[in-house]
Amino acid sequence: MNAQSATGAQATPATSIGAMIAVALIGLGITFVAGHVQAETLHDAAHDVRHATGFPCH
Amino acid sequence: MFTRLLTSALFAGAAAGLIAALLQLYFVQPVLLHAELYEGGDLVHFGSESANSAHPELPGFDAVRDGLSIIFTMLIYSGYAMVLVALMALAQTRGAVINARTGLIWGIAGFVAIHFAPGFTLAPEVPGVAAADVFVRQIWWYATVIAAAIAMWLIAFGGNWAAWGVAIVLLLVPHVIGAPEPDVFTGPVPTEIGALFAARAYGVGMMAWVMLGGFAGYFWSREEATANQAQTA
Repeated sequence: MNAQSATGAQATPATSIGAMIAVALIGLGITFVAGHVQAETLHDAAHDVRHATGFPCH
Repeated sequence: MFTRLLTSALFAGAAAGLIAALLQLYFVQPVLLHAELYEGGDLVHFGSESANSAHPELPGFDAVRDGLSIIFTMLIYSGYAMVLVALMALAQTRGAVINARTGLIWGIAGFVAIHFAPGFTLAPEVPGVAAADVFVRQIWWYATVIAAAIAMWLIAFGGNWAAWGVAIVLLLVPHVIGAPEPDVFTGPVPTEIGALFAARAYGVGMMAWVMLGGFAGYFWSREEATANQAQTA
């Protein structure tokens, strides 16, 4: 665990920026699928949450 | 780096998402269920001559429906957290101090970008209100959220009046242009319910985002401390 963390901390700035972008993109993807995709099953399952978080719904 | 970002974000997102889900179920869901009685035609609103009770009996806890709501709230807040922690890490490389206390301010900025800015013109909608086409509203919503998020960053880190000026423009322009609105109002839901819903959605959103910011700052600073210790050991 410690060895892994140390490797992470020694990463070059370039890979750090890459990691930030990758994590941010995964986050955007999750929020988009859960909150905005209009496929019927997804919409029905997430319906109440979409309304409650102020996303455009229906 | 990738693993540490992801771990902090998942902890913060799950914790804030669970609290957000419980707050929504208690404070927002009853208003939504009340509105659905009008949306489905079980109750009809007759303007000034309505004889409907303002406190009808509402369906109780629904394990499947509300369980899905909890899962999806946690998912959405985990998504938010990943973007938030990535931005915190970026700001940290540029000299910003990230911890639980500064995280609270990040949370307020996140609330402004994701809830307050789009909701200022496209208010949180209760089911059964009239609205424009969903696709067009989503485009406006995304454009407004991105503009507001950039504005928040410029306000925090811009450091001069040119940046702050751009931020003000980015915050105001979507509302000057205006959001997609319906041609006619056809919603059967009483305005009292719509207003309460929007207020509750804002309130819960703010509470959840302040906690998300605090948790994200806490977990990220903890991961950083562990990594630094491992490096110097």
